[in-house]
Amino acid sequence: MLDVRDVRVRFGDRDVLRDVSLRVDDHEVVALLGPSGIGKSTLLRVVAGLLVPDAGSVWLDGTDLTDVPPHRRRIGLMFQDEQLFPHLDVAANIGFGPRMAGADRASITRRVETLLALVGLEGFGGRRVTTLSGGEAKRVALARALAPEPAVLLLDEPLTGLDRELHDRLAVDLATVLRDTGTAALLVTHDHDEAAVIAHRTEVFTGGTV
Amino acid sequence: MDQHRDRLTRLPLWTVPALAAVPLLGLAVFYAWPLGTLLARVLQPSSVRDVLDAPGLGRVLWFTVWQAVVSTALTLLLGFAPAYLLARYTFPGRRTVLAVVTVPFMLPTVVVGAAFVALLPDRWHQSATAVIVAHVFFNVAVVVRLVGAMWAVLPTDLTAAARTLGASPAQVLRHVVLPLLRPALLAAAGVVFLFTFTSFGVVKLLGGARHTTLEVEIARRATQLGDVDGAAVLSVLQLLVLGAVVWWSARWQRRAAVAFHGGRTTRRARTQRERRRLAVVLGLTVIAMAAPVLAMVARSFHPGASWSLTAWRTLGNSEVRPGISLGVDPLASLLVSLRYALVVTAISVVVGGTAALAITAARRHGRLLDTGLMLPLGTSAVTIGLGMLITFDHDPVDWRASWWLVPLGHALVAIPFVVRSLVPVLRSVPPDQRAAAVMLGASPLRAWFEVEVRRLARPVAAAAGFAAAISLGEFGATTFLTRAGRESMPIAIDQLLARTGDVPRAQAFALATLLFALTAMVIVAADRPEVTDARRA
Repeated sequence: MLDVRDVRVRFGDRDVLRDVSLRVDDHEVVALLGPSGIGKSTLLRVVAGLLVPDAGSVWLDGTDLTDVPPHRRRIGLMFQDEQLFPHLDVAANIGFGPRMAGADRASITRRVETLLALVGLEGFGGRRVTTLSGGEAKRVALARALAPEPAVLLLDEPLTGLDRELHDRLAVDLATVLRDTGTAALLVTHDHDEAAVIAHRTEVFTGGTV
Repeated sequence: MDQHRDRLTRLPLWTVPALAAVPLLGLAVFYAWPLGTLLARVLQPSSVRDVLDAPGLGRVLWFTVWQAVVSTALTLLLGFAPAYLLARYTFPGRRTVLAVVTVPFMLPTVVVGAAFVALLPDRWHQSATAVIVAHVFFNVAVVVRLVGAMWAVLPTDLTAAARTLGASPAQVLRHVVLPLLRPALLAAAGVVFLFTFTSFGVVKLLGGARHTTLEVEIARRATQLGDVDGAAVLSVLQLLVLGAVVWWSARWQRRAAVAFHGGRTTRRARTQRERRRLAVVLGLTVIAMAAPVLAMVARSFHPGASWSLTAWRTLGNSEVRPGISLGVDPLASLLVSLRYALVVTAISVVVGGTAALAITAARRHGRLLDTGLMLPLGTSAVTIGLGMLITFDHDPVDWRASWWLVPLGHALVAIPFVVRSLVPVLRSVPPDQRAAAVMLGASPLRAWFEVEVRRLARPVAAAAGFAAAISLGEFGATTFLTRAGRESMPIAIDQLLARTGDVPRAQAFALATLLFALTAMVIVAADRPEVTDARRA
């Protein structure tokens, strides 16, 4: 269970997050809904550990994560602009997490195959990521974020920048993948329908208490 | 962002010092120290007065300045039309034309010198004209690259707008195009002036004894007359002039900066007239650019009065007649040069690569490191060579006999180029790439390695090629550091050209042809990954 307690972040003299608290239970998908520029991404960065808050704490399964660096938090993040590694092919992108965890080559290959199948991209392993379409890149980013089996997956506007039809199809696929893998997830979005399709529970985010 | 916010993802504190250690140590020992020694020599008032009062110095200074001004003006003038056509039009063979125009810039100065010795009639040898013509040939690439790059993004609608307001084509050029291109023109003028002002190889080979620039005079005093103090005074004088020029051109460029919005505007030639203009101008350009090299190749097969392979056949044999040796072994110099190039490439890639990583990892303090490592770029190769010569000549640093002093001098010249080509690559990596790696379980250090260090593989290959090309052609610093019996190709070519007789001269052309082929191959191979990268981006 992810537990965010009274997180505060100030940039200059502006409170971006004012005492934000929220919980995500095991296997639960929570959507944070709110207009852009209100600090949703900042909150995800705090949960991820990429940004240290001015006050408050982040707990996972009863452990205080505040001083734990992101690579030891068992929390995954799917970036809004994917951030695929352009110097690696699709398989190496997906296999990156397991490789960092010290997995052997054979098990990395198996894991990559499983995830490619999960996101519907069988046979894409050898492709350069720069040749992928927008939708394919999103699928690879999802597979890559899932590969280290994070306890909680953070999704930062994961489906923006796609045309409507592709967006709707991917939203359904994303919901299915999260449910099938039983991954707890925190999704930030400005899209009501997207939140409704993917999440079990939707919270309206105002920058203050959720 | 506040200091503490990235606390959990920062690189370990020792990363930057560890990376910067070798480059800084190298810079201190092989650049700062020699330069300091040089300055110390100059601080004796008597030697300064002696040198400045010496007869002939005025003539040297005057020739240095006026040939640089005339070369710069002519290069801008002659490079203008090809720059325009290559920036505005697409046509079959465009890449080839671009290569023919821009490769000379990367050629060893000695090859350019030899090529013009081969091309120009004998009565033009050792003349100011020969020097200036060769300088234009050398530097047209600068205009084509810098001015062309700006012209390519100059919106065509602007000129069209001027035409609808009643401006003639000449008026459009004068009142719209030239003012907009001013920053690029100034930048090109600055670069060409610096190159021609400090030109060494071309002037030494083509100017003869009567037309010497400061750079050649420094070398002549130090290596032929044994007047090291005089050479030191002149190189400091030159350093001051260079500093002033760099400062002025940076100021001018800042003032003249204009920003455009808009993509590339290349198109096919539409009318018959356009096509004819394209063919004539670029045809003439290609002929002018290819002629010197072709003449050099031809004359390597034409020693004396008839065609023969003598020069090529005797290349590996330093004896001209039984028992009479030339003192230079041309073919051995090939091996010497190749070995130097290998060592220089290794040093430049390691030192330049770690320096680039340190500069980008240090963020705020990176600028200081960046500036420090660029200093050798603003110092002429001759000054670097002279500084090393007078510094490393006594115990415990008597390294003049060490074979590695020459490649170290080359590396000092090459490293700034390596750093310059790698830093932008690293700066262009979005910070979230490292965040992505961290989120997948990589420690900050590991994330930095996986995302930034590994991405350097491709650009490092290109940088390695350029370092090798620089080493192959380096002449200025080598002149001071070379030892008899270990001549590199440029030194051997220079010595062969200085000899009388048809065979040595043809041998010089043959060796220069080899050096040309070698350099061109390295440049073309190095340029390729960069080109494909640019396309992908």
